[in-house]
Amino acid sequence: MSVHESHTVQPELPRPVFDADECKGCGRCVAACPKQCLRLSGRLNSRGVKPAEYAGEGCTGCAICFYNCPEPYAITIAKP
Amino acid sequence: MTQKKTVGMYESFVRSGQPTRATHYCAGCGHGIIHKLITEAMVELGLQDRTIIVNPIGCGVFGYYYCDCGNVGAAHGRAPAVGTAINRGRREAVVISYQGDGDLGAIGFNNTFQAASRGEHMAVFFVNNATYGMTGGQMAPTTLVGMKTTTSPFGRDPLTAGYPLHVCEVLNQLKAPVLIERVSVADTKRIMQARRAVRKALEIQRDGKGYAFVEFISPCPTNMGLDSIRAAIFCMEEMEREFPLGCMRDNSATAVPRAPVAPAPGVEAFFAQSERQHQAPVAEADEAFKEQRLKFTGFGGQGILSLGICVAEAARLEKRFTTWFPSYGPEQRGGSAACSVVVSGKPIGSPAVDRPDVLVCMNQPSYERFAPDVRPGGLVIVDASVPLTMPAPAGVRVVSMPAIDLSLRLGVPQAANTMMLAALAWLEVTGLRSEHLLAALDASFKKKPALVEKNRLLFSEATAWLERHVPAEVRG
Repeated sequence: MSVHESHTVQPELPRPVFDADECKGCGRCVAACPKQCLRLSGRLNSRGVKPAEYAGEGCTGCAICFYNCPEPYAITIAKP
Repeated sequence: MTQKKTVGMYESFVRSGQPTRATHYCAGCGHGIIHKLITEAMVELGLQDRTIIVNPIGCGVFGYYYCDCGNVGAAHGRAPAVGTAINRGRREAVVISYQGDGDLGAIGFNNTFQAASRGEHMAVFFVNNATYGMTGGQMAPTTLVGMKTTTSPFGRDPLTAGYPLHVCEVLNQLKAPVLIERVSVADTKRIMQARRAVRKALEIQRDGKGYAFVEFISPCPTNMGLDSIRAAIFCMEEMEREFPLGCMRDNSATAVPRAPVAPAPGVEAFFAQSERQHQAPVAEADEAFKEQRLKFTGFGGQGILSLGICVAEAARLEKRFTTWFPSYGPEQRGGSAACSVVVSGKPIGSPAVDRPDVLVCMNQPSYERFAPDVRPGGLVIVDASVPLTMPAPAGVRVVSMPAIDLSLRLGVPQAANTMMLAALAWLEVTGLRSEHLLAALDASFKKKPALVEKNRLLFSEATAWLERHVPAEVRG
């Protein structure tokens, strides 16, 4: 699953919303996620890096990925 | 639906070309994390409209493209000076100085140190990544011992490059700072501690309590030559060994908020005050007055400079145009001292006197140095202690007067210059009236009234000596 299909994630649960093109693929969010529910995509974004994405389940909305992310707009946390 | 998202930054960043929503920082850089913490605290504390960030030279230079608040760019290392000016001029402002280790710890360290010592009202956010990032990974003051950089390719050698600079520890020697804390953005736990420190620093600013300094240990994957994760591990394992994290000082609970400042007096009020003090007579043009160019020379402590001031003051009392121009070495006492005085009936172009009409010499070196410059028809007054080792230039009169000896005999060794003033008056070479020279002498002892009479006595003793020993035709 890629970021572009995140609408398939159950909307009533908290989840990270990635802007794949703003991600530089540093992987800090993936390493930091306590639920290990993030991963680097297999596909390249427009920058030519493999962006982080949500594996689809497990997010508690803790925003740890948000605070570890050096980019302002690559990650937003949606909390119902 | 609630969201956790970046706040306090522009929606998109307009640098050059197309707007973008990405920073210019490398993947895994700590700067972006720190920016987000700062803008989050700024917005949550309601300070966005009051905040002015002073941006540095270094990777952080583009902060003004990102942070949606007031922004100023400072010259390299001068952010504390610019921040000082801002918060002196706009007291409602929350001033943030955002600086890296090259900017703050190297070229600007004295600015940092002095601003901290003054306890300026600002939050300083210091990003320490142990390298010069923007210029390509050169050795910084904070580079670890043994760490390889482009300018320490074999590793930093303390024998030639010294040891890493511990900025927090140095600032912690100062009295004024309210908060000094070192944090890190290497992992979640550390980021949360950093978040609290940022908030505390801004609360101190909000409350006007003084200087807050937060150092961030921050990864620079590019120049550390590591990937993002390993660079963060390097921060935790290597950098923290050299730069231990922790709060070194937090006086925020007891720090006193700054008092409102009384409005500064305006320019008119300032000059009105100084007018009252001086009652300066205004010079009047007098084409008939022959301009006199005088030079007073000797060594420091003989009253050379005050003798010149006395003559200039007499000229002022007589409504002549006048200048007084001192020249002396670094020594407070004992070095050579000289001053030039011009007295004129018209506005004076230059206060410098290269070819004096009148030269007063209180010691031998000054006689030898300046006597050859005296204009023909001019006059040299030397103290009798000065051996006339060389003749004065043709057409220059020389009067030798025991000013030092007389003042010693009269019990006021500091007053040899008063004797010289008497000589200037008696010889009638200044173009000024004796009454004005005497009035200027009195005025020079305004703060020591007991000395006024004494110097008047010395003045008349000197005049009497001149009457007895100097032929009257030398005058004028």
